[in-house]
Amino acid sequence: MRDDKNLNEIRTIIARHKLWDFVFMIVGILALMIAMLTFMALFSHMLIDGLPRLSWDFFTSFPSRRPGSAGILSAWVGTTLVMLVTAIAAVPMGIGAGIYLEEYASKNLITEIIEINVTNLAGIPSIIYGLLALGLFVHQFGFGQSILSAGLALALLILPVVIVATREAIRAIPLVIREGAYALGATKWQTVSHHLLPYSAAGILTGVIIGLARAIGETAPIITIGALTFIAFLPPSPIKDEFPYISFEWLMAPFTVMPIQMFNWVSRPEEEFQVNAAAAGLVLVVMTLTMNGLAIYLRYRMRKNLKW
Amino acid sequence: MHPPQTVRPSTDAAHSRRLGYSYRRHLGERFIEAILFLMAFISVVITLAIVAMLVSESLVFFEHVSLWDFLTDTQWTPLFDDAHYGILPLVSGTVVSSAVALLVAIPLGTITAIYLSEFAPFAVREIAKPFLELLGGVPTVVYGYFALLFVTPALQKIIPGLPGFSLLSAGLVMGIMIIPYVSSMAEDAMRSVPMHLREGSYAMGATRFQTALRVVMPAAFSGIAAAYILGISRAVGETMVVAIAAGMQPNLTWNPLEPAATITAYIVQVSLGDLPHGSIGYQTIFAAGLTLLLMTLAFNILGHVLRKRYREIY
Repeated sequence: MRDDKNLNEIRTIIARHKLWDFVFMIVGILALMIAMLTFMALFSHMLIDGLPRLSWDFFTSFPSRRPGSAGILSAWVGTTLVMLVTAIAAVPMGIGAGIYLEEYASKNLITEIIEINVTNLAGIPSIIYGLLALGLFVHQFGFGQSILSAGLALALLILPVVIVATREAIRAIPLVIREGAYALGATKWQTVSHHLLPYSAAGILTGVIIGLARAIGETAPIITIGALTFIAFLPPSPIKDEFPYISFEWLMAPFTVMPIQMFNWVSRPEEEFQVNAAAAGLVLVVMTLTMNGLAIYLRYRMRKNLKW
Repeated sequence: MHPPQTVRPSTDAAHSRRLGYSYRRHLGERFIEAILFLMAFISVVITLAIVAMLVSESLVFFEHVSLWDFLTDTQWTPLFDDAHYGILPLVSGTVVSSAVALLVAIPLGTITAIYLSEFAPFAVREIAKPFLELLGGVPTVVYGYFALLFVTPALQKIIPGLPGFSLLSAGLVMGIMIIPYVSSMAEDAMRSVPMHLREGSYAMGATRFQTALRVVMPAAFSGIAAAYILGISRAVGETMVVAIAAGMQPNLTWNPLEPAATITAYIVQVSLGDLPHGSIGYQTIFAAGLTLLLMTLAFNILGHVLRKRYREIY
């Protein structure tokens, strides 16, 4: 009799715990849904507002006082050129730093300082990089409010991303590969350049893409260095008719980029401009999502195919 | 065992030239190592440059404005004729918007992390994780657009009298934006808790929820704390959402229903104008930036301490 009662008590306790388990599972799904649904709301809101505005003209027109004929030509050209500078500056530097920290660095104080520092850099708000670029590149180095200043500012910003991705990709290569190379008499650099870099290329590429996707969407540092919001001309062309055929004038040109163009339109009171903002935002989101999606896909492929 | 030169003495010299210690080859290796070291060291140079830049411009600023005024004055109107330089209104805006964001991001991020790490079936996790990662990649200016043109009008229906710019709607959207950062880091921490701890808990008859709450979370505490700290420093440093949706008027308030400027929004506002290099207005953004850097630095150090102190080693 007593045992029965005890057993029943235990059963209610178990039932209660199982109920909690179930309740939490529902709560978990709901929490996940909130993040996803918000994104859906955001995307569909922009789609409804912005899609009718997207046309060929939108990509080939300069911004204008009349919202109906305004476009994002100078913005996307600016973004492309700034990204070019960012990639050229950040990728070699980030990969080099990653290789050094993973393969060369001995355990000493300087290495530890560099490592802590890379972690800290990733935690510094992006607008602070803007202030650094404003003081250093724009005024001290005299680059002005140019594509070069913006590209370098964003390069500093994504440097930690590239470094961390490079380190992780290199760390994943098993030790036997290195030992095999050394056993054949390869030097350290030969081991790195013939084996470690090619094998980690996909991982590094993933990091670079994620970094650049972040840089494309960054607005704050570029506003801080004083990019103009209304640019109705293109930077000088990098290709010239006469010798030496290549010109670097565009590096020093004033510019605008996609997120700044969008910010400019959002902050205007007229509703027509906000439709433009939605269209620009749509382009921006599709651009960053494509890049991030590509990176995720690459990583997925790598995880699936990689068997050492 | 005979070395090869006894067999083929003619190639001996060539062999040792190619395989022996070569000064040139050695030098090349050292050169490459030095270059790689410089690339790694640049990150330290960047940090030093940031600190030097902010401190040097701020020092000039503090020659005009006393530190006491900066910390205690309740008005921030550096661009007006009657200039006041009290950082408090900007700090209050930053704190309130971050608090709202964290009230959203920490509970939702934690629940999402627990769900994904302990409850979700494999297929759900495989879909949800990349999706959350994509969410983290959406540009912040887009979230700002969303806060201003979607969330604020929606909130105005629930809370009549809510102004067009408010810390609440900026904070809410910022919170949603931060969820992926918090959840993915917290989930990584929980996933790295060894399986046998869970198995021990299940063997004692605990449910998944009990295991998650009493075994996995305490074991992963340092990682989860680090995720929260990352969320906090994201919220404090976030710029575009607050600049677009919270208004740019400095306002000493602790009420999220009011519009107010954050430190970051002020820097944006000044940068949009055309302030001459070297003017006091130009220096204010560096002083504001230094304040922001110190705030995030404090959180980063706290995170570092928490991680060291509560790290569980298996």
